[in-house]
Amino acid sequence: MGTVAIYSLFIINKSGGLIYYKDYGSAGRMDTNDSLRLASLWHSMHAISQQLSPTTGCTGIDLLQAHNFDLHCFQSLTGTKFFVVCETGAQNMEILLKTIYELYTEFVLKNPFYEMEMPIRCELFDLNLAQVIQKDRVALLGR
Amino acid sequence: MPPLTTPKSGDALFASVERVNAELFTLTYGAIVRQLLTDLEEVEEVNKQLDQMGYNIGTRLVDEFLAKSNVSNCADFKETADTIAKTLSYVCPVIAFFTATVAMHHSGTFHALSSANSLGFKMFLGVTATVTNWDAEGTTCSFVLEDNPLVDFVELPDTCQGLQYCNVLSGVIRGALEMVSMKTEVTWVRDMLRGDDAYEMRVKLTKQVPEEYPYKDDD
Repeated sequence: MGTVAIYSLFIINKSGGLIYYKDYGSAGRMDTNDSLRLASLWHSMHAISQQLSPTTGCTGIDLLQAHNFDLHCFQSLTGTKFFVVCETGAQNMEILLKTIYELYTEFVLKNPFYEMEMPIRCELFDLNLAQVIQKDRVALLGR
Repeated sequence: MPPLTTPKSGDALFASVERVNAELFTLTYGAIVRQLLTDLEEVEEVNKQLDQMGYNIGTRLVDEFLAKSNVSNCADFKETADTIAKTLSYVCPVIAFFTATVAMHHSGTFHALSSANSLGFKMFLGVTATVTNWDAEGTTCSFVLEDNPLVDFVELPDTCQGLQYCNVLSGVIRGALEMVSMKTEVTWVRDMLRGDDAYEMRVKLTKQVPEEYPYKDDD
């Protein structure tokens, strides 16, 4: 029973606005307001963490561990943040986030009707994302 | 875990992206320019519009470059910039500049740009660009393109002498660099359509917005 659960995925634009939220079966699904608020809170916490850094060149929180979940965050150089909330100890989440970033460049940014920094409503992105998440689960199951 | 941050070479990048027939691309671009000339009538306006179109492309394209090139942090970039510069004796216009962007962003020096820039050109245009003519402050450099797929078949008529046919490229560079906090001015100094021996773009770093919170809306 080695299922690795991914609870949810968030994408935040560079000004802290939530542009994508997907729930994969966490206990308490959030409504839109809650998810928006949490996203902008995370954006600020990420910024604060950079200021806490004793050395320069800090890129903010990569991993937050709680007793019952892990949160892995990836920020692109352009300031877009991707983070997944998953089960504790889940491996390879950096690779998953990187893959999601590539899907974002492919199916969101290249869609001429997608407005930059606005909420993502792209079917192809949803579809490919679902596949990647599914594959990831299977791959993790297999080990 | 395999390293996530190993930057790829320009050739590898170019191989990793989808391509279309070069003529289709060239002819489509030509049709767009013609249509703009018809719609806007003024050559100056067309130049502006092409630049704006390029800018819009650049702001989107930069993420793909960053995602696929694995250029992700300063240390790795510095290490690899030299390697890239050595192995890429040719530089292409789109790839190089992108990499450069990243380099400048992180090292704070415009100079790191040079090796990186070639990469961006290679990735998207498949042509090589060389980065030269640095000024003393290290804030201005030139991208020189010997080859440019946009202008195959093009002969500028007398009525369009002021037209910057390839202005979309300078727009792309401006847009992409702006997304990684660097404001630049890009101007064409040599143009093969006007009888020069190559294309040369002058890229000037005007302002580097520090990577600081809070991001201001007007940045």
